[in-house]
Amino acid sequence: MSVIQIIEELWSSFGVTLNIFLVTLLLSLPLGLLVALGRMAKNPLLRGFTGAYISIMRGTPLMLQLIVVYFGPYYLFGLSFGTSYRMTAIYIAFVINYAAYFAEIYRSGIQSMPKGQYEAAKLLGYSGRQTFAYIILPQVIKRILPSVTNEVITLVKDTAFAFTLSVMEMFTKAKALAAGQTSILPLFIAGAFYYIFNYAVAFAFEYAEKKLDYYQ
Amino acid sequence: MKVLEIRNLEKSFEGVRVLEGISLSVEKGEILSIIGPSGSGKSTLLRCAVGLETPDRGEISFSGRFGMVFQQFNLFPHWNVLRNVTDALIRVRKRDRQEALGEGRALLKRIGLGDKEAAYPCQLSGGQQQRVAIARALALNPDILFFDEPTSALDPELTQEVLKVIRSLKELRIAMVIVTHEIDFARDVSDRIIFMAEGRIQEEGKPLEVLQSKNERMRAFLNRL
Ligand SMILES: Nc1ncnc2c1ncn2[C@@H]1O[C@H](COP(=O)(O)OP(=O)(O)OP(=O)(O)O)[C@@H](O)[C@H]1O
Ligand SMILES: [Mg+2]
Repeated sequence: MSVIQIIEELWSSFGVTLNIFLVTLLLSLPLGLLVALGRMAKNPLLRGFTGAYISIMRGTPLMLQLIVVYFGPYYLFGLSFGTSYRMTAIYIAFVINYAAYFAEIYRSGIQSMPKGQYEAAKLLGYSGRQTFAYIILPQVIKRILPSVTNEVITLVKDTAFAFTLSVMEMFTKAKALAAGQTSILPLFIAGAFYYIFNYAVAFAFEYAEKKLDYYQ
Repeated sequence: MKVLEIRNLEKSFEGVRVLEGISLSVEKGEILSIIGPSGSGKSTLLRCAVGLETPDRGEISFSGRFGMVFQQFNLFPHWNVLRNVTDALIRVRKRDRQEALGEGRALLKRIGLGDKEAAYPCQLSGGQQQRVAIARALALNPDILFFDEPTSALDPELTQEVLKVIRSLKELRIAMVIVTHEIDFARDVSDRIIFMAEGRIQEEGKPLEVLQSKNERMRAFLNRL
């Protein structure tokens, strides 16, 4: 197999990797915000529940979570969704895992906001929701962007954990190719793919950070 | 006509009594300065009045709207100057956008920052930021404005420009309650001065009466300045 062929093979499975990445990012960012709000809610039940959720998600391996999400419905409830559930299970596990990490990032960002911003907003007549949506959240996003970038770069690499459920994303494919050819070359090329992907992601986030550099 | 009346206000923090029965009223257009040593409860009094703290006891009644200017300005750093001044007018008061922007520009001109509407707070000096905060409060047409040490966070050379703006508000007939350590300013601008210590009003009256009173705490306070 030539290098070009390997690249073509890997490229065809890169779409799956990209899907996992995009779905996780697009869903876990808003979900993480909701979880963070739950974590800071007045209701102690909600606070306790979200706290436990975050702690479990961050305290157990993603690989284990993938397996639990995939096999859990069968072992717990006897439900079997067939192999088409595989991809869904990947999405679910990644989203709930990353939402927990993002929730903690949001929370620290929200808690770092000076009290004076809330007080000024209150005196100007903004409601609690308006204050959060227009005054607090935009500033929080700027503050947390560097930590989010770190997390997202980890996500690019974590997509490889999808191999746990034998989903043919790029890493699984690279492993298969390497085994078939008894050559390490496919793994090297996959590494290059990840590297370039991450480079693009970092570039995009740096651009966003620059865009928000107009104040402070 | 009274715009603010406070009766028997009491407030404790963790069992420590900070306000021990404060009563005061402010007339329409009146300028009242509050002076007193650190920890005497001046900020707590203002914060209770505007609802940022909940008093333990007492009554507070306004007739009309109130606004507040903070020691640390508390501008919204992600908005430019004009939006800082007009956003609440548009979003909270639901005023017509163009009209609100027009009023905001007029206010900025008034405080001498007509050319800064597109600047962000971080691009302004402390004095300029505080003037924007004053314009922001004025935009909502308050009947009474509270100032909590509006110049304490400023370098001495920037203090005067802010005091000048506050002084210029006198003609607007907006009542003002100003907590300040600028005794000369308080004497010049106020209709009345209150001297607070240990959570109580110790002296109250015309500026010269209060500043020249023989009250021991008052003398000690002035000597320390
Ligand atoms: N949120 C709070 N929790 C606990 N104690 C507080 C709180 N706010 C104020 N205090 C205490 O109440 C007392 C009065 O504080 P306050 O800020 O009203 O004084 P002040 O007259 O404004 O002083 P300064 O001139 O230093 O601003 C102080 O002893 C202060 O430590
Ligand atoms: Mg104070």
